[in-house]
Amino acid sequence: MNHVLAAAASTCSPSTAHLGSGCGYPAPSINDFYFTPFFKIGSVGFGKPGLLVILSVLIVLTFFWFAFHSPKLVPRGVQNVGEMGILFVRDQILRPQLGKRGDKWLPFLVSLFFFIWVNNIFGIIPIFYFPAMSKYGYPVALAGMVWIIYMFLGMKHQGVFGYFRNMSVPTGAPWWILPLLVPIELFSNILVRPFTLSVRLFANMLAGHVLLAVFTLATWYLLTLSISLVYATASFVLVILLTGLEVLIQLLQAFIFTILTATYISGAYETAH
Amino acid sequence: MQQLVHLHHVLYVASGAHHAVLAATTPGSSSGNPIWYHIINLGALTYGLAAIGPGVGIGLIFGRTIESIARQPEAAGRVTGLMWIGFALTESLALIGIAVPFFIK
Repeated sequence: MNHVLAAAASTCSPSTAHLGSGCGYPAPSINDFYFTPFFKIGSVGFGKPGLLVILSVLIVLTFFWFAFHSPKLVPRGVQNVGEMGILFVRDQILRPQLGKRGDKWLPFLVSLFFFIWVNNIFGIIPIFYFPAMSKYGYPVALAGMVWIIYMFLGMKHQGVFGYFRNMSVPTGAPWWILPLLVPIELFSNILVRPFTLSVRLFANMLAGHVLLAVFTLATWYLLTLSISLVYATASFVLVILLTGLEVLIQLLQAFIFTILTATYISGAYETAH
Repeated sequence: MQQLVHLHHVLYVASGAHHAVLAATTPGSSSGNPIWYHIINLGALTYGLAAIGPGVGIGLIFGRTIESIARQPEAAGRVTGLMWIGFALTESLALIGIAVPFFIK
Protein backbone atom coordinates (compact mmCIF):
# COMPACT_ATOMS: atom_id res chain seq x y z
CA MET A 1 0.00 0.00 0.00
CA ASN A 2 2.95 2.27 0.55
CA HIS A 3 3.94 2.34 -3.08
CA VAL A 4 0.36 2.94 -4.20
CA LEU A 5 0.14 5.96 -1.98
CA ALA A 6 3.56 7.15 -3.10
CA ALA A 7 2.56 6.85 -6.73
CA ALA A 8 -0.77 8.53 -6.16
CA ALA A 9 0.81 11.32 -4.14
CA SER A 10 2.27 12.90 -7.23
CA THR A 11 -1.10 13.29 -8.89
CA CYS A 12 -3.18 14.08 -5.84
CA SER A 13 -4.21 17.61 -5.16
CA PRO A 14 -7.35 18.97 -3.58
CA SER A 15 -8.78 19.66 -7.03
CA THR A 16 -8.39 16.10 -8.25
CA ALA A 17 -8.99 14.14 -5.09
CA HIS A 18 -12.30 12.34 -5.02
CA LEU A 19 -13.57 9.45 -2.98
CA GLY A 20 -12.15 6.30 -4.42
CA SER A 21 -9.48 7.95 -6.54
CA GLY A 22 -6.74 6.46 -4.36
CA CYS A 23 -5.80 9.71 -2.74
CA GLY A 24 -6.75 10.21 0.85
CA TYR A 25 -8.92 13.06 2.02
CA PRO A 26 -6.88 16.24 1.49
CA ALA A 27 -7.17 17.53 5.00
CA PRO A 28 -6.42 21.20 5.61
CA SER A 29 -3.25 21.72 7.55
CA ILE A 30 -1.18 24.53 8.93
CA ASN A 31 0.36 24.93 5.47
CA ASP A 32 -2.93 26.37 4.30
CA PHE A 33 -2.14 29.43 6.37
CA TYR A 34 1.17 30.15 4.69
CA PHE A 35 0.99 32.00 1.41
CA THR A 36 3.73 32.62 -1.11
CA PRO A 37 4.41 36.34 -0.85
CA PHE A 38 3.88 38.71 -3.76
CA PHE A 39 7.20 40.33 -3.07
CA LYS A 40 9.76 40.39 -0.28
CA ILE A 41 11.47 43.32 1.36
CA GLY A 42 14.56 41.82 2.93
CA SER A 43 13.18 38.77 4.69
CA VAL A 44 9.68 40.13 5.27
CA GLY A 45 7.25 38.91 2.68
CA PHE A 46 4.12 40.81 1.71
CA GLY A 47 1.47 38.34 0.69
CA LYS A 48 -2.25 37.86 0.84
CA PRO A 49 -2.73 38.50 4.58
CA GLY A 50 -0.82 41.78 4.31
CA LEU A 51 -2.95 42.79 1.36
CA LEU A 52 -6.12 41.96 3.30
CA VAL A 53 -5.04 44.01 6.29
CA ILE A 54 -4.29 47.06 4.16
CA LEU A 55 -7.56 46.59 2.29
CA SER A 56 -9.50 46.47 5.54
CA VAL A 57 -7.91 49.72 6.70
CA LEU A 58 -8.91 51.35 3.41
CA ILE A 59 -12.46 50.02 3.71
CA VAL A 60 -12.91 51.32 7.24
CA LEU A 61 -11.42 54.71 6.38
CA THR A 62 -13.55 55.05 3.25
CA PHE A 63 -16.74 54.07 5.05
CA PHE A 64 -16.28 56.51 7.88
CA TRP A 65 -15.17 59.27 5.54
CA PHE A 66 -18.32 58.85 3.46
CA ALA A 67 -20.42 58.79 6.62
CA PHE A 68 -18.97 61.81 8.35
CA HIS A 69 -17.21 64.08 5.88
CA SER A 70 -20.08 66.56 6.01
CA PRO A 71 -22.16 65.58 9.01
CA LYS A 72 -25.63 66.98 9.39
CA LEU A 73 -27.62 67.32 12.56
CA VAL A 74 -30.36 65.15 11.09
CA PRO A 75 -28.43 62.24 9.60
CA ARG A 76 -29.18 61.04 6.12
CA GLY A 77 -27.95 58.00 4.25
CA VAL A 78 -24.56 56.61 5.16
CA GLN A 79 -24.32 58.86 8.19
CA ASN A 80 -27.14 56.85 9.74
CA VAL A 81 -25.17 53.64 9.48
CA GLY A 82 -21.99 55.31 10.66
CA GLU A 83 -23.79 56.72 13.66
CA MET A 84 -25.22 53.30 14.46
CA GLY A 85 -21.71 51.87 14.45
CA ILE A 86 -20.23 54.57 16.64
CA LEU A 87 -23.15 54.55 19.05
CA PHE A 88 -22.92 50.78 19.35
CA VAL A 89 -19.29 51.04 20.40
CA ARG A 90 -19.95 53.95 22.70
CA ASP A 91 -23.03 52.62 24.47
CA GLN A 92 -22.25 48.91 24.65
CA ILE A 93 -18.50 48.95 25.05
CA LEU A 94 -17.24 52.30 26.24
CA ARG A 95 -19.84 53.65 28.64
CA PRO A 96 -20.33 50.48 30.74
CA GLN A 97 -16.60 50.15 31.34
CA LEU A 98 -15.23 53.65 31.43
CA GLY A 99 -18.13 56.01 31.98
CA LYS A 100 -18.45 59.39 30.41
CA ARG A 101 -14.81 60.37 30.99
CA GLY A 102 -13.83 57.60 28.60
CA ASP A 103 -15.20 59.38 25.55
CA LYS A 104 -11.70 60.37 24.52
CA TRP A 105 -11.03 56.67 23.90
CA LEU A 106 -13.91 56.45 21.45
CA PRO A 107 -11.88 56.93 18.23
CA PHE A 108 -9.41 54.27 19.31
CA LEU A 109 -12.08 51.74 20.24
CA VAL A 110 -14.15 52.41 17.11
CA SER A 111 -11.09 51.91 14.92
CA LEU A 112 -10.11 48.75 16.77
CA PHE A 113 -13.58 47.26 16.60
CA PHE A 114 -14.17 47.92 12.93
CA PHE A 115 -10.64 46.98 11.90
CA ILE A 116 -10.95 43.58 13.60
CA TRP A 117 -14.48 43.04 12.34
CA VAL A 118 -13.71 43.83 8.69
CA ASN A 119 -10.63 41.62 8.83
CA ASN A 120 -12.70 38.79 10.26
CA ILE A 121 -15.39 39.21 7.63
CA PHE A 122 -12.80 38.58 4.93
CA GLY A 123 -12.94 34.98 6.10
CA ILE A 124 -16.33 34.43 4.48
CA ILE A 125 -16.20 36.75 1.47
CA PRO A 126 -15.70 34.67 -1.70
CA ILE A 127 -12.67 36.18 -3.38
CA PHE A 128 -10.60 36.48 -0.23
CA TYR A 129 -11.75 33.60 2.00
CA PHE A 130 -9.05 34.25 4.55
CA PRO A 131 -9.48 35.93 7.92
CA ALA A 132 -6.33 37.99 8.30
CA MET A 133 -6.48 37.63 12.08
CA SER A 134 -5.67 33.93 11.70
CA LYS A 135 -2.03 34.87 11.15
CA TYR A 136 -0.82 35.16 14.71
CA GLY A 137 1.24 38.28 14.09
CA TYR A 138 -1.77 40.57 13.67
CA PRO A 139 -3.57 39.80 16.95
CA VAL A 140 -0.19 39.90 18.68
CA ALA A 141 0.40 43.40 17.32
CA LEU A 142 -3.03 44.58 18.47
CA ALA A 143 -2.75 42.96 21.90
CA GLY A 144 0.76 44.32 22.33
CA MET A 145 -0.51 47.80 21.56
CA VAL A 146 -3.31 47.43 24.12
CA TRP A 147 -0.82 46.05 26.67
CA ILE A 148 1.53 49.00 26.25
CA ILE A 149 -1.43 51.37 26.60
CA TYR A 150 -2.76 49.98 29.84
CA MET A 151 0.64 49.41 31.43
CA PHE A 152 1.72 52.95 30.60
CA LEU A 153 -1.58 54.45 31.73
CA GLY A 154 -1.49 52.48 34.98
CA MET A 155 2.01 53.62 35.77
CA LYS A 156 1.14 57.20 34.86
CA HIS A 157 -1.96 57.36 37.06
CA GLN A 158 -0.82 55.31 40.02
CA GLY A 159 2.95 55.71 39.97
CA VAL A 160 5.28 52.92 38.97
CA PHE A 161 5.44 51.18 42.35
CA GLY A 162 1.87 52.07 43.22
CA TYR A 163 0.64 50.41 40.05
CA PHE A 164 2.40 47.14 40.76
CA ARG A 165 1.41 47.22 44.39
CA ASN A 166 -2.24 47.86 43.60
CA MET A 167 -2.26 45.20 40.95
CA SER A 168 -0.63 42.49 42.98
CA VAL A 169 -2.15 43.01 46.41
CA PRO A 170 -5.93 42.97 46.48
CA THR A 171 -7.39 44.73 49.47
CA GLY A 172 -8.51 42.44 52.22
CA ALA A 173 -6.08 39.60 51.57
CA PRO A 174 -4.48 38.20 54.75
CA TRP A 175 -0.73 38.67 54.98
CA TRP A 176 0.18 35.01 55.00
CA ILE A 177 -1.26 34.35 51.57
CA LEU A 178 0.65 37.16 49.88
CA PRO A 179 3.75 35.10 48.87
CA LEU A 180 1.42 32.88 46.91
CA LEU A 181 -0.94 35.58 45.70
CA VAL A 182 1.48 38.25 44.52
CA PRO A 183 3.31 36.15 41.90
CA ILE A 184 0.02 34.78 40.62
CA GLU A 185 -1.54 38.23 40.33
CA LEU A 186 1.55 39.75 38.73
CA PHE A 187 1.82 36.89 36.25
CA SER A 188 -1.88 37.02 35.50
CA ASN A 189 -2.08 40.74 34.94
CA ILE A 190 1.19 41.37 33.17
CA LEU A 191 1.75 38.26 31.10
CA VAL A 192 -1.46 36.29 30.81
CA ARG A 193 -3.74 39.17 29.81
CA PRO A 194 -2.08 40.12 26.51
CA PHE A 195 -1.46 36.47 25.74
CA THR A 196 -5.07 35.41 26.13
CA LEU A 197 -6.28 38.57 24.42
CA SER A 198 -4.28 37.78 21.32
CA VAL A 199 -4.73 34.01 21.34
CA ARG A 200 -8.50 34.29 21.81
CA LEU A 201 -8.87 36.26 18.59
CA PHE A 202 -6.27 34.22 16.73
CA ALA A 203 -7.59 30.80 17.74
CA ASN A 204 -11.21 31.70 17.00
CA MET A 205 -10.32 32.76 13.48
CA LEU A 206 -8.01 29.78 12.97
CA ALA A 207 -10.60 27.28 14.14
CA GLY A 208 -13.35 28.87 12.08
CA HIS A 209 -11.24 28.86 8.94
CA VAL A 210 -10.14 25.25 9.47
CA LEU A 211 -13.74 24.15 10.03
CA LEU A 212 -14.92 25.81 6.85
CA ALA A 213 -11.96 24.37 4.96
CA VAL A 214 -12.63 20.85 6.26
CA PHE A 215 -16.21 20.83 5.10
CA THR A 216 -15.57 22.59 1.81
CA LEU A 217 -12.84 20.13 0.91
CA ALA A 218 -15.07 17.29 2.07
CA THR A 219 -17.85 18.46 -0.22
CA TRP A 220 -15.55 18.38 -3.21
CA TYR A 221 -13.91 15.13 -2.13
CA LEU A 222 -17.24 13.33 -1.78
CA LEU A 223 -18.60 14.58 -5.08
CA THR A 224 -18.69 11.32 -7.01
CA LEU A 225 -21.60 9.75 -8.87
CA SER A 226 -22.60 7.35 -6.14
CA ILE A 227 -24.22 7.35 -2.75
CA SER A 228 -21.57 9.77 -1.56
CA LEU A 229 -23.49 12.52 -3.36
CA VAL A 230 -25.81 12.52 -0.36
CA TYR A 231 -22.83 13.00 1.93
CA ALA A 232 -21.57 15.80 -0.28
CA THR A 233 -24.92 17.54 0.02
CA ALA A 234 -24.88 17.18 3.78
CA SER A 235 -21.36 18.55 3.84
CA PHE A 236 -22.39 21.52 1.75
CA VAL A 237 -25.32 22.27 4.06
CA LEU A 238 -22.86 22.17 6.93
CA VAL A 239 -20.64 24.67 5.12
CA ILE A 240 -23.59 27.06 4.88
CA LEU A 241 -24.52 26.60 8.55
CA LEU A 242 -20.93 27.03 9.66
CA THR A 243 -20.66 30.22 7.62
CA GLY A 244 -23.64 31.52 9.57
CA LEU A 245 -21.92 30.56 12.80
CA GLU A 246 -18.79 32.30 11.58
CA VAL A 247 -20.71 35.53 11.05
CA LEU A 248 -21.73 35.46 14.70
CA ILE A 249 -18.29 34.48 15.97
CA GLN A 250 -16.53 37.18 13.95
CA LEU A 251 -18.71 39.94 15.34
CA LEU A 252 -18.46 38.49 18.83
CA GLN A 253 -14.68 38.28 18.76
CA ALA A 254 -14.31 41.87 17.59
CA PHE A 255 -16.73 42.93 20.35
CA ILE A 256 -14.89 40.91 23.01
CA PHE A 257 -11.48 42.28 22.03
CA THR A 258 -12.76 45.82 22.21
CA ILE A 259 -14.64 45.41 25.47
CA LEU A 260 -11.65 43.76 27.13
CA THR A 261 -9.49 46.64 25.91
CA ALA A 262 -11.94 49.06 27.52
CA THR A 263 -11.90 46.99 30.72
CA TYR A 264 -8.11 46.97 30.92
CA ILE A 265 -7.96 50.71 30.28
CA SER A 266 -10.51 51.34 33.01
CA GLY A 267 -8.50 49.09 35.31
CA ALA A 268 -5.49 51.29 34.73
CA TYR A 269 -7.43 54.39 35.79
CA GLU A 270 -8.73 53.21 39.12
CA THR A 271 -6.46 53.43 42.09
CA ALA A 272 -7.27 50.26 43.98
CA HIS A 273 -9.41 47.17 43.72
CA MET B 1 -25.56 22.54 -7.90
CA GLN B 2 -22.45 20.64 -8.79
CA GLN B 3 -21.28 23.69 -10.73
CA LEU B 4 -21.98 25.83 -7.70
CA VAL B 5 -19.93 23.59 -5.45
CA HIS B 6 -17.20 23.42 -8.06
CA LEU B 7 -17.19 27.20 -8.38
CA HIS B 8 -17.09 27.54 -4.62
CA HIS B 9 -14.18 25.18 -4.46
CA VAL B 10 -12.34 26.75 -7.38
CA LEU B 11 -12.65 30.15 -5.76
CA TYR B 12 -11.41 28.67 -2.50
CA VAL B 13 -8.43 27.11 -4.23
CA ALA B 14 -7.76 30.21 -6.30
CA SER B 15 -7.77 32.26 -3.16
CA GLY B 16 -4.45 30.71 -2.32
CA ALA B 17 -5.31 28.22 0.36
CA HIS B 18 -4.37 25.13 -1.58
CA HIS B 19 -1.21 24.07 0.12
CA ALA B 20 -2.82 20.99 1.62
CA VAL B 21 -0.71 17.96 2.34
CA LEU B 22 -1.94 14.43 1.93
CA ALA B 23 -3.05 12.79 5.13
CA ALA B 24 -0.14 10.41 5.25
CA THR B 25 -0.98 8.07 8.05
CA THR B 26 1.02 5.05 6.98
CA PRO B 27 2.64 3.48 10.02
CA GLY B 28 6.39 3.38 10.07
CA SER B 29 6.78 6.45 7.88
CA SER B 30 10.09 8.19 7.81
CA SER B 31 9.25 10.87 10.36
CA GLY B 32 10.86 8.81 13.13
CA ASN B 33 7.89 8.84 15.46
CA PRO B 34 6.87 5.67 17.25
CA ILE B 35 4.09 3.73 15.64
CA TRP B 36 1.46 4.67 18.19
CA TYR B 37 1.77 8.34 17.25
CA HIS B 38 -0.09 7.40 14.11
CA ILE B 39 -2.73 5.29 15.77
CA ILE B 40 -3.64 7.99 18.29
CA ASN B 41 -3.51 11.50 16.94
CA LEU B 42 -2.19 13.27 20.02
CA GLY B 43 -3.36 16.67 18.87
CA ALA B 44 -6.93 15.48 18.62
CA LEU B 45 -6.68 13.77 22.00
CA THR B 46 -5.30 16.96 23.52
CA TYR B 47 -8.18 18.98 22.22
CA GLY B 48 -10.71 16.40 23.35
CA LEU B 49 -9.42 16.62 26.90
CA ALA B 50 -9.14 20.39 26.73
CA ALA B 51 -12.75 20.77 25.70
CA ILE B 52 -14.19 19.18 28.83
CA GLY B 53 -13.76 22.20 31.09
CA PRO B 54 -15.01 24.88 28.71
CA GLY B 55 -17.90 22.62 27.73
CA VAL B 56 -19.06 22.51 31.32
CA GLY B 57 -18.36 26.22 31.75
CA ILE B 58 -20.27 27.37 28.71
CA GLY B 59 -23.18 25.15 29.63
CA LEU B 60 -23.24 26.76 33.06
CA ILE B 61 -23.10 30.27 31.62
CA PHE B 62 -25.95 29.79 29.22
CA GLY B 63 -28.04 27.80 31.68
CA ARG B 64 -27.71 30.44 34.36
CA THR B 65 -28.55 33.14 31.84
CA ILE B 66 -31.69 31.35 30.77
CA GLU B 67 -32.66 30.85 34.40
CA SER B 68 -32.07 34.47 35.29
CA ILE B 69 -34.07 35.71 32.31
CA ALA B 70 -36.87 33.40 33.36
CA ARG B 71 -36.79 34.79 36.85
CA GLN B 72 -36.57 38.44 35.85
CA PRO B 73 -37.36 39.24 32.21
CA GLU B 74 -36.65 42.96 32.65
CA ALA B 75 -32.96 42.20 33.16
CA ALA B 76 -32.72 40.31 29.89
CA GLY B 77 -30.73 42.96 28.02
CA ARG B 78 -28.05 43.42 30.65
CA VAL B 79 -27.78 39.71 31.39
CA THR B 80 -27.46 38.84 27.70
CA GLY B 81 -24.56 41.26 27.30
CA LEU B 82 -22.73 39.73 30.23
CA MET B 83 -23.49 36.28 28.85
CA TRP B 84 -21.65 37.00 25.62
CA ILE B 85 -18.62 38.30 27.51
CA GLY B 86 -18.55 35.21 29.71
CA PHE B 87 -18.99 32.94 26.73
CA ALA B 88 -16.05 34.43 24.85
CA LEU B 89 -13.75 34.28 27.87
CA THR B 90 -14.60 30.61 28.52
CA GLU B 91 -14.46 29.67 24.86
CA SER B 92 -10.97 31.09 24.60
CA LEU B 93 -9.62 28.23 26.69
CA ALA B 94 -11.13 25.63 24.37
CA LEU B 95 -9.72 27.48 21.40
CA ILE B 96 -6.25 27.70 22.88
CA GLY B 97 -6.60 23.92 23.11
CA ILE B 98 -7.38 23.60 19.42
CA ALA B 99 -4.63 25.97 18.35
CA VAL B 100 -1.83 24.46 20.48
CA PRO B 101 -1.37 21.25 18.42
CA PHE B 102 -0.78 23.39 15.38
CA PHE B 103 2.27 25.16 16.73
CA ILE B 104 3.66 22.73 19.29
CA LYS B 105 4.95 19.71 17.45
